[in-house]
Amino acid sequence: MAAVVNGTAARTDGEPLIQLTNLTKMYGDFTAVNNLSLSISPGEIFGLLGPNGAGKSTTILMMLGLAEPTSGKVRVCGVDSTRQPLLVKRRVGYLPDDVGFYEDRTGLENLLYTAELNRIPPAEARRRARELLERIGLKEAAEKRAGTYSRGMRQRLGLADVLMKKPEAIILDEPTLGIDPEGVRELLQLIRSLSRDEGLTVLLSSHQLHQVQQICDRVGLFVRGSLLALGTVEELSAQLFAGEPLVVEAEIGGDGSPLAAVTEALASVDGVLQVVSAAEQPQLVTVSCSRDVTASIARAIVGAGMELLSLSKKRYGLDEIYHRYFEGGKRHDRAV
Amino acid sequence: MTEPFDVLRGIRARFFGGGTPGGAAPAATAAAEGERAAGSPFLAIVRKEISDHVRSWRYVILVALMLLTCLASLYTASSAMRSAVSTDNAVRSFFFLKLFTASGGSLPPFITFVSFLGPLLGIGLGFDAINSERSKGTLSRMMAQPIHRDDVLNAKFVGALSVIGVMFFALGFLVMGLGIVLLGIPPTPEEVWRLVLFLLLSTVYVGFWLGLSILLSVRFRQAATSALSCIGIWIFFSVFFSMLVNLIAGPGPADPNNAEAVIRHTQWVQLLERISPSQLFSEATTTLLVPSVRALGPLTMEQIVGAIPSPLPLGQSLLLVWPQLTCMIAETLICFAISYVLFMRQEIRSRN
Repeated sequence: MAAVVNGTAARTDGEPLIQLTNLTKMYGDFTAVNNLSLSISPGEIFGLLGPNGAGKSTTILMMLGLAEPTSGKVRVCGVDSTRQPLLVKRRVGYLPDDVGFYEDRTGLENLLYTAELNRIPPAEARRRARELLERIGLKEAAEKRAGTYSRGMRQRLGLADVLMKKPEAIILDEPTLGIDPEGVRELLQLIRSLSRDEGLTVLLSSHQLHQVQQICDRVGLFVRGSLLALGTVEELSAQLFAGEPLVVEAEIGGDGSPLAAVTEALASVDGVLQVVSAAEQPQLVTVSCSRDVTASIARAIVGAGMELLSLSKKRYGLDEIYHRYFEGGKRHDRAV
Repeated sequence: MTEPFDVLRGIRARFFGGGTPGGAAPAATAAAEGERAAGSPFLAIVRKEISDHVRSWRYVILVALMLLTCLASLYTASSAMRSAVSTDNAVRSFFFLKLFTASGGSLPPFITFVSFLGPLLGIGLGFDAINSERSKGTLSRMMAQPIHRDDVLNAKFVGALSVIGVMFFALGFLVMGLGIVLLGIPPTPEEVWRLVLFLLLSTVYVGFWLGLSILLSVRFRQAATSALSCIGIWIFFSVFFSMLVNLIAGPGPADPNNAEAVIRHTQWVQLLERISPSQLFSEATTTLLVPSVRALGPLTMEQIVGAIPSPLPLGQSLLLVWPQLTCMIAETLICFAISYVLFMRQEIRSRN
């Protein structure tokens, strides 16, 4: 108890920095987070990925003690977030999505205010603020009012704001939202280098899988309040698509829907399970098969006298994971 | 954590930015030393609130409005009083206080202005206390810092109230000084005390409206909604409330000679009226600034017989307004308690 009060490490070696155990959060009848267990080790960059309304923000709020879990436990830095949120907030930085600053104050003044709230002595606060502003590339804009900052600058200032208290871990909620692609790249590089240089643990949430996969050591796919999959990006695609049929896409030339003709032509090919085409793109026929019979498919289509424009084996990339789990679940997930 | 000493030290540190607790320092840890050096977050928020208010246009406009009405009522009161000087002794006692209570015909006296504009001041400084931070996205950033939630509400209240208090005292003393110049009569010590108490009372009164507007700023997500509902409540109390009271109380007893029934009815009406903070305020200020007011309720002939028609001493006037004062503070505390409960339960998400 004494160690916790003094703000020194109460976490024993080898214990994860963030540990969620059977965490559940209900809003009335709606389950926002369902029996979530997760542990994040020190120094790791972890990506919590999921569509809007999957429960990412709720999970983050519970980690900081800003929302109370219905059941389950949250331990951050060895401290129970629900019971002692202040101790957690002293050591963990949180950047909310679409962070706001006092617009009539300068960027520097905003940082100094945060320092005051964290009981950092003025001289040290000023030194640290200057240092961070230089690091995030806002040195020139330090004396400008925060109201004049662009979205990307605000997000970078937010990062500096989070780092003012010298946190052990930072939690970033949708840090890349609304920034242009170049800005996203710079921000992510900044996060990565901060993590590597200072041994910072980073947890970031996003719904833009292809953006954050570049810097995350591990990702967790979070849909409808539960964790679907957990691991590195490679592990994920293996995990999600094990035992799936192989899919071949064929583009057929000519007018009208070739679906009926293709189905007839492929009826004789061994291993073809299903032939479908989308209504809005009738020329593109999707064939699922139990094993790789691409060559036979090509032969059958050409043999039937149709124009085969292209034929491709479909690979399950990250966007497919995204599409499959996030977009597919959209109808049920937007309830929050 | 739960030892009384620690709790006391926490309270001390919160309010005084952590001066060294007298003689009991050996238990202090290194972390606590660092905290003491940097001052408490509560004071940091108060400082920021005060500087925000003082810099804002809103405050400048409100001060200008108050200043104008002050000077106008001062001018009319003093010109009306100059002709009345030295007519008789009763007028001359507590002559200086008339500066604040005498009306010059066309303009109402100073106290009426304060009771009318005071709420506007409180509402003006409090209606967007919490919801504007929420919509700007700064509240969630602030909540991510190691501060208590109640510190935010307390600091908002203390910051705005200290700005208001300073303004009231400045204006009050300004009017006093100008009064001395205009009338050529200095106030007696008792008059000065009465005026200081009046200014304190006004600050408490505005504190109620501030508390109410902070409550509505916690409740409503839109600043415009909370401003409108504050103004609605203000207008309700200053215009419609007395009508409503008459409606509820009904007509007086049929027999006007039945003293007991008449008194009961009057007391019932008064009780209802005293729900309104502006009624409490006007009763309290009248008693303080017009020392000849001897009672606030109905008196029977038996009670008046034998009473000397002289002004009350300060202590007695104060005793008379004590219930009004405690009532106003209680109403402020009720607002505050409700905003606490609402705010503690709210989930702070970004910009919603």
